[in-house]
Amino acid sequence: MEPVAFLHWLETTPLALTVSQGIFGFSALDMIHIAAITVVFGMIAVVDLRLLGIASKDCAVTDICRQALPWTWVAFGIAVLTGVLMFTGQAVKYYNNYAFRMKLLLLLLAGINMLVFHYITYRGVAKWDRAATPLSARLAGAISLACWIAVVAYGRWTAYYMF
Amino acid sequence: MADLAQWFTGLPFSLAMRRIAWLFPLLQTVHILAIGMMLSSVIMVSLRLWGVSRTQTIAARGHRYLPWIWTSLVVLTVTGVALAVGNPRTLRDPALQVKLWMMVPAIAATLILAVAMRGEALWEKNARARGMAGLAATATLILWLGVTLAGRGRWMANLIG
Repeated sequence: MEPVAFLHWLETTPLALTVSQGIFGFSALDMIHIAAITVVFGMIAVVDLRLLGIASKDCAVTDICRQALPWTWVAFGIAVLTGVLMFTGQAVKYYNNYAFRMKLLLLLLAGINMLVFHYITYRGVAKWDRAATPLSARLAGAISLACWIAVVAYGRWTAYYMF
Repeated sequence: MADLAQWFTGLPFSLAMRRIAWLFPLLQTVHILAIGMMLSSVIMVSLRLWGVSRTQTIAARGHRYLPWIWTSLVVLTVTGVALAVGNPRTLRDPALQVKLWMMVPAIAATLILAVAMRGEALWEKNARARGMAGLAATATLILWLGVTLAGRGRWMANLIG
């Protein structure tokens, strides 16, 4: 099936119709989505600023991660769930939205950056847990921060192009 | 509020906001990012006061995150006022009024936390004081989350009537 045909079909599913035709479906999801993304960005920024050596230099990197990441994942889960639901309501329009495509691309980049950091750089964390972070960790922090700022911005511009 | 909306509409800045298309989403983006810094700072403070993390002294935790909370609040106020000037209709929105009123106890609770986090010695020894601090942190976080949600709560006006 062509992607657009699939997305047209998706819009006609009962769940999608509740989102697009229901009086409060979209607005309620949108409210929760934005609140969730603020927590995702904020908690990731706490970790990134430590990796960059800008803040929390007196705290261990592992300790910051242990505190911040559970909140990040829960908020990210809520953001994805509400985001997917909002997408089903107007799937074709989102698919053709330039800002939305950029947002997905940047989410992908942020994901790859996270995997590289987690499986390669973070393995040697014992060496710099309480000290200045190596270049690879600082780079991961900078890329992550830039990606997430752009994700928020493109998210805002997605709505701007939609309505 | 209606008078204020009227006055805002006539301001040159309000006109500029409505003419320059990208200004609105740009300020909204900055506003959303600042909410993120505010909420994450409140969460990090709360984690210490709840006792989830004990690796830092309470005073050190406050020293690290309280300046971010106050800076975020300034950025949020500036961008928030600019957004209201650019779209004065929003002042008639009951959700915005709920949000502004909710900010009063939220700021008060944050101030109480800020002052209390200095009196470290008192906390560490007194279990009851620690319990109170944990509750105060929870209240502060819930209030700021409420402010965040109300910021996007215009649709609820239809729900209420």
